Amino acid sequence: MQNTIATRIYDFLKQFPPFQFMASDDLFKISTLATVLYLDKDQILFSRDELYSDRFYIVQQGAIKLTRPSGNKTKVVDICDEGDLFGLKVTSENTYRTTATANEETIIYTIPVEAFSAFAKANKAISNYLIASFASNIKDPYTLQQNGSLLNTYEPDRNQDLLGLQQANYSKNVISCDPSATVQEAAQLMQSSRIGSLVVTSNELPVGILTNRELRNAIASGTDTTSTLTKNIMIHPVVCAPGDITVGQAQLMLIKYGVNHLVITKDGTDRSAIIGILSKHDIVVSFGNSPAELIKEIKRVEKTKLLRMSWEKATVILTNYLNQGLPLSHILNIFSELKGALIYRTMELSLAKMSEPPPVPFTWLALGSQGREEQLLYTDQDNALVYQNVPAEKEEATKAYFLRLANRMNKRLHKIGYDYCPADMMGSNPLYCLPISEWKEKFKGWIYDPSPESMLLSGIFFDYRRTFGSQQLVNELTTHIYSLLGDSSIFYRFMAKDALKNPPPVSFFRNFLVESDGAHKDEFDIKNRAMAPLIGAARVLSLYHGLKNVNRTSTRYEQLAMLEPENRELYESCAYAFKALLKFRVQQGLKNGDSGRFIQLESLSKSDRLKLKRCFKPLRDVQEVLRVRFQTQNLS
Amino acid sequence: MSLFSKNNDSQPEFWIKYLDAFAKEKKEKRFFKKTVGSRELQNTRFVVFDTETTGLDYKKDRILSLGGVAVVGNQVIAADTLELFLKQDFYNPDSAQIHGILKQGNYLKVNEEEAIAQCLDFIGTDILVGHHVGFDVAVVNQSLKRAGLGRLKNRQLDTEILYKRLVHPVNRPLQDKRYTLDELAEALKIPLHDRHTAAGDSLITALAFIKIVHKLNSDGEMKLKHLFR
Repeated sequence: MQNTIATRIYDFLKQFPPFQFMASDDLFKISTLATVLYLDKDQILFSRDELYSDRFYIVQQGAIKLTRPSGNKTKVVDICDEGDLFGLKVTSENTYRTTATANEETIIYTIPVEAFSAFAKANKAISNYLIASFASNIKDPYTLQQNGSLLNTYEPDRNQDLLGLQQANYSKNVISCDPSATVQEAAQLMQSSRIGSLVVTSNELPVGILTNRELRNAIASGTDTTSTLTKNIMIHPVVCAPGDITVGQAQLMLIKYGVNHLVITKDGTDRSAIIGILSKHDIVVSFGNSPAELIKEIKRVEKTKLLRMSWEKATVILTNYLNQGLPLSHILNIFSELKGALIYRTMELSLAKMSEPPPVPFTWLALGSQGREEQLLYTDQDNALVYQNVPAEKEEATKAYFLRLANRMNKRLHKIGYDYCPADMMGSNPLYCLPISEWKEKFKGWIYDPSPESMLLSGIFFDYRRTFGSQQLVNELTTHIYSLLGDSSIFYRFMAKDALKNPPPVSFFRNFLVESDGAHKDEFDIKNRAMAPLIGAARVLSLYHGLKNVNRTSTRYEQLAMLEPENRELYESCAYAFKALLKFRVQQGLKNGDSGRFIQLESLSKSDRLKLKRCFKPLRDVQEVLRVRFQTQNLS
Repeated sequence: MSLFSKNNDSQPEFWIKYLDAFAKEKKEKRFFKKTVGSRELQNTRFVVFDTETTGLDYKKDRILSLGGVAVVGNQVIAADTLELFLKQDFYNPDSAQIHGILKQGNYLKVNEEEAIAQCLDFIGTDILVGHHVGFDVAVVNQSLKRAGLGRLKNRQLDTEILYKRLVHPVNRPLQDKRYTLDELAEALKIPLHDRHTAAGDSLITALAFIKIVHKLNSDGEMKLKHLFR
């Protein structure tokens, strides 16, 4: 009897190894025993620790992601696409070692193992293919990397990168010095260029390399750095390589010669012109970005445009961290550091462009979500500038200076990807570029004379954090604020009222409240309806308890849990819920390429909806705490 | 075999077996109302089938080819398929352009009664699924009638009607739209191969059916009876 379906399976399989090695009669017999299986995106085919099925699988259309746990993360072992074979038992284990999930809509052919293995055993080509293919699937991507410094990097998407076949990136901006320069001169050059190595040249040809290590050794051994010459301590001869060297080759050369730097020259020998320098660091970077390397990179960047490029790498890291299921607080810590380095460097670049140094100490504050270190995606800028008080006659000039600086800063941040604040809460706004005395007055007004309008500002300004400049100014401001707060119950009541203005997002009918009009009609506003109320409640409760220097919402709740043992469970679930919501928002934002604020409920799976809904219970309860404690119902 | 006899003894064995299976199922249903009545969607065997005919007039035209595949859960089972080419004296050259089946083609052909026998054996009491299934059922019923037998008793599901349940109510005007199998395949991202062979079309229809049911059953709580709404 004719069998069109088996014929089609046969036609597909014969294109791929190991089926292409089979006799067509045999393959056709196998094909009649196959089934065609459909999986929707994210559907699980089999799970780790599940017993092996009596069938194995070939992807006909779509892709299957194989994952396994690694530490407390989930690691993607492989992505199988068209023609790839998986799910075949190769070890003595009786259970699957990985979980197979449909990465997209997928059609799979399933084939009985027993029928197939009869052919596989008889056919050397088939068994060889299987051995080879599984040997390469099992390999751990990290085994190619020699040391532990890369363990926190993400896994590159392409195995090609791991094999090191791509061309190596090297620094084309080579700083060099003369062999007759003194060691001190060479060190000064390295310091001003912010680099760790110099190429020593003579007649423009490389004769040696000087790195931090040689300097350290020279100083340790008591060498006189003002009279000793570079040529006496440099490493020589230099190891040279041509510009088209691959990462793999470069790595081998570094190991073979036991050096940390290769000088890249036109013809790859030390008899031609220098075109670059390749360090061990460059190789590390080639294998993927680790946050530590990225911070180094940010610290060295000379142009705002390049800063933007570095920051885009951070987004790649973020995506990978989320995919690996890393704990959110850990991700927040790393991003806070990265963001800190970014703003610090932006300020350094802005200051360098000013005609003179700042007249008095100042502080650049991050406000709102940046101040709370909860910002993972690009959002608006919220920042402010505080400077030391100056005599009245100097005030105008001083303010003008800092406004110019803030303007540069805001423009640069904009260029990097942060939109201007629509409400103009930025350092370049004369209202928010003030001497400390005026800042104190401002906070005093908000605290002693609160109004629904001033609460909008308080919501932003009470979550400030220093990102550049004097810590002393910040401490002074904080001390001042807490001295005012002690006796101001009316302020807490206003602030609590403000935190209550958004009702819990689940309505009577256990449905989500969605926006009823505007561009986001029928979408759920996760920021305003879920996160803002939690943030607001955490803020007022931590001000109430005088918690200083704790800005992050989840950390605030964790601290509150210790301060109020009777509410410990509630605050802990608030901390958890907030982290879950933040992660959710970031994932939505990365998926849709926006801020992730509005969520189309239809796009969520049932389990995601349930997860979201669970986050709202502590929100409802913490709002009740605010209502009772601060007697908000009496406020009009 | 007499065309007018109501006597079971004179009816072909395959037909008696077909009727008996339904009678047995009905009896069981009365007996174990719960178990049979709530048959799980995942374990039900559906037969997705398609016919290629000499034309679109079910009374006049004849079946040239008949294909069917079994669907259980989200799987199509290659070994559980039926694919038949029929000997027909009636041949309409116009329709050959569509299905490419030649009057004297090089296929292993069976006569109509043999085809019906194999078909009934294959489908048993299972639910029939087809794209515009009414037509395919009608032409099979005509064949049965010519053989002096009754009509198909299987319950039927039409992929076009099921597909329309996925269309958002906002797009009501589309409810009147007719979808061809090609349109359905395109909308559901099913690659087209072997189009216009009965077995090829039934595989496309089977994949469409699996995808539609999966989408309808997004909460995982769907019962078999919900498909017949």
